[in-house]
Amino acid sequence: MLDTLESHARHAAGRLPASTRHWAVRGVLESSERLGVRDGVTEAPSRSQDDGAMVTVVDGGMGYAATSDLSEAGLAAAFLRAHALARAGAGRTVIDYETVQRPTASGRYASTVARSSADATLPEKLGWLQEVCAAAGGEGRCDPRIVDRHATLWSVRTEQLHISSDGARTHQQWEFTTPSVQVTAHDKGVTQVRSSGGQYNGFCQQGGIEVLERARFRQSEGPRVRREALELVGAAVCSSARMDVILMPDQMTLQIHESIGHPLELDRILGDERNFAGTSFVTLDMFGSYQYGSDLLNVSYDPGHAHGFASFAFDDDGTPAERALLIEGGRLLRPLGGSLSQARARAQGYPLGAVATTRSAGWNRAPIDRMSNLNVEPGDQSLEQLIKGTELGVLMHTNCSWSIDDSRNKFQFGCEYAQMVRGGKVAEVVRNPNYRGVSATFWRSLAGVGDASTVEVGGTPYCGKGEPSQVIRVGHASPACRFVGVDVFGGAA
Amino acid sequence: MSCAYLQPAAFDALCSDLLRADPAVDRTTLYLRAESSDFLRFNHAALRQATGVQQAYLTVAVERGQRRSEGTLSLVGDPALDEKRLKAERALLVAQLDLIADDPFLQRPTAATHSQRDDRGLLPDAAHVIGCVHEMAALRLKQDFVGFYAAGPVAHAFGDSLGSRHWHRVESFHFEWCLYHRADKAVKTVYAGTHWDDAAFCARLEAAAQRVPLLTREPRSLKPGAYRAALAPMAMAEILGTLGWSGFSLKARRTGVSSLMRLQHGEAAFARGFDLEEAFAQAPTPAFTDEGFARPPRVALVDGGQLPASGGTLNSARSAAEYGLPANGVGAGESPQALHLRGGSIVDGDLLRALDTGLYISNLWYLNYSDRAACRMTGMTRYACFWVEGGELVAPINVMRFDDDALRLFGSGLIGLTATPEFIPGGDTYGCRGLASVTTPAALVEGFVLTL
Repeated sequence: MLDTLESHARHAAGRLPASTRHWAVRGVLESSERLGVRDGVTEAPSRSQDDGAMVTVVDGGMGYAATSDLSEAGLAAAFLRAHALARAGAGRTVIDYETVQRPTASGRYASTVARSSADATLPEKLGWLQEVCAAAGGEGRCDPRIVDRHATLWSVRTEQLHISSDGARTHQQWEFTTPSVQVTAHDKGVTQVRSSGGQYNGFCQQGGIEVLERARFRQSEGPRVRREALELVGAAVCSSARMDVILMPDQMTLQIHESIGHPLELDRILGDERNFAGTSFVTLDMFGSYQYGSDLLNVSYDPGHAHGFASFAFDDDGTPAERALLIEGGRLLRPLGGSLSQARARAQGYPLGAVATTRSAGWNRAPIDRMSNLNVEPGDQSLEQLIKGTELGVLMHTNCSWSIDDSRNKFQFGCEYAQMVRGGKVAEVVRNPNYRGVSATFWRSLAGVGDASTVEVGGTPYCGKGEPSQVIRVGHASPACRFVGVDVFGGAA
Repeated sequence: MSCAYLQPAAFDALCSDLLRADPAVDRTTLYLRAESSDFLRFNHAALRQATGVQQAYLTVAVERGQRRSEGTLSLVGDPALDEKRLKAERALLVAQLDLIADDPFLQRPTAATHSQRDDRGLLPDAAHVIGCVHEMAALRLKQDFVGFYAAGPVAHAFGDSLGSRHWHRVESFHFEWCLYHRADKAVKTVYAGTHWDDAAFCARLEAAAQRVPLLTREPRSLKPGAYRAALAPMAMAEILGTLGWSGFSLKARRTGVSSLMRLQHGEAAFARGFDLEEAFAQAPTPAFTDEGFARPPRVALVDGGQLPASGGTLNSARSAAEYGLPANGVGAGESPQALHLRGGSIVDGDLLRALDTGLYISNLWYLNYSDRAACRMTGMTRYACFWVEGGELVAPINVMRFDDDALRLFGSGLIGLTATPEFIPGGDTYGCRGLASVTTPAALVEGFVLTL
């Protein structure tokens, strides 16, 4: 359908009033497949095909209209609606949208895919899930302490064409693959859940079936998850004390996301999200001078990361995306904000060098500032060195609980699995590990950054924000990191 | 722009075309979700984004024996084209049935059911709302207004080849805004309903504006510790909503991951006056699930602080089959859609006097479990929370983190509930406009634990 979208859009846009200063159309075709096997039972396969377009019109104000009717008549109706909304807002908007310079770039992007999920048959994929689910139960008969096992595979293919009256034309194609296995173990009154990449699909990457190989999904994840769940039900509760914390990449993902990513979103800093997702402790005047973390902290926006879940060449306004450091040597350099937010910051006297990351959850949502691939750069310590440098601490894996205030400052996070570190050595497994802190000071306690050998690539398919609300894909690559003097605590029992 | 599938005739036509008897399957089902929505975002009393969205999704599922396969398509709006696409999808799904294994827990309704609800409203044009905000918030009250308006018709419908037909359409608006004093101090207001009234909107906005000066007082920073606290209905809705995250799910209870396992095991109880139910009949939620099961008027979840004889669980059809219990009209996620907490004996309007000295918590934010097995949850205070002395608001408080056991909080910690529960529409707009809600009174509690 995208092959006819451009000609239909140009014809339909030709009917807009002469006072129209700008128009754009972003067509999106997205197909997905969700498969699952629970306790050896194949769940009903679920497919979806979600196609539509968002049109933008600037005439006095700016209006958006979304339609799943991609015919010329459908797009014309959407243009009319968007134009009416633009006129209704004229003179009453947060910025004069007519003065905002629009991107004019053209180009293409495609995920690197070795073998598309579409090229694997349904029985083949369900067979893999059966294998993994069985392995998560135990060799031979399922271990009676394993009370629930669930293996899932979520495959998505998306194609997007964005064109505008200013000459922009970008065509992008993505494939996303998210495998997961999760078990619940119960023994002697204790119940614990352990998962391969988090209970909310934290192991997610661009690519096809090869993502399963990178996840070691079929090779080892079932037995590992089972083994660690059984370790947890026999483990003591994590002790409560101020101590060092080593966060493994699948917890660093959450730490980066909540206490660096969200606070640096420029629309949040400009106040757009105060009615819902919240504000930020970061203010416009901090960029260029604020010490966000220790000098070991380097944070990149990397839309070109080979496996990153949110890799792309252009954001949804059509701005070319290029890698940039947001934090270097602990110093805050630039926010996450697209061309429109940058113009609004400039209008307030802050010409910030932000990055192209205006994105939407789909064809029926208007783009806003989002995280994309937001990564902590590797340092120079092996995992063994991070552990050896820890006299008393806890090494935590895999987020399972997250909460942070609406300024993205006071946080409390919990993990699935942890091991105590004593005298520079890994000691016993503990359950229900939690820690709390304040973003503005936490990153200054960063005392060790793992090298490239410790880096893993994950993210989340479920970053929520915006009004109307949008769930978007975000990627995070990170090494293991060590923080000193953290408030650690366990559960109630 | 108009969405054809907001009219029952268009859905009926799809049913006629796609639900004809077919020997290749035992049942075909159709589930429609359609909406025509205006979305307006405001910041600093100015318009940030104005979006019109027309969308319709149809999920077609086929079942043969113990096998099921389903697909969801966004509908174009052209009946002939949509019918052609849906027939192709259905054929593909039927072919998939040969490729999958039996699901012993697949369950379908035993008889055809019918329901119809079509509530028409009186909704303003988006331009009118933009004008109201400009005139009132920007020009007259000169407030730092940040908010979100969502409005329009939403339709859900179900049909199957066994003869079931359900239609549910509501027209509503949901306007939620904050008036900011500075930083994170704000007065939050919701104006929602089916018939827009300029005077009602203006009255709510003016009332909120009158409360903003309270936020100009020097804020108080509290130390971690246990506090006597009054939880406003909006704050209560957050806690009850979090309880609904695994708490009442039959599957979660049977696999031991429910936050209410201690209640199930008789190791803890809510206070005797704590009566909670899933009250479908009083809510805007459809009276049917996407698998075609009719919802009962109510499902008791907590009765007199204890689990009712029925178990107090939300049983999806699949869990019901797996665990040998009757289904009770909930979807696969087994999450509540229409929680209703019964009112108590504190006279409405006397909450602060009953509190005397302590915390008034208007809103909570970002709740999650810190120890699910112990029903211990954490979250943040937000917006207009106050320190109260002698029943009077004294000073706003700086945001604090709580970490407390909800079974204790509403068990031994519960002093009382206000008499009249307040209906709080969900306002969720992830993917589509949601129809969930919570109805709850305010609560007065002792020993609310703040940690950071």
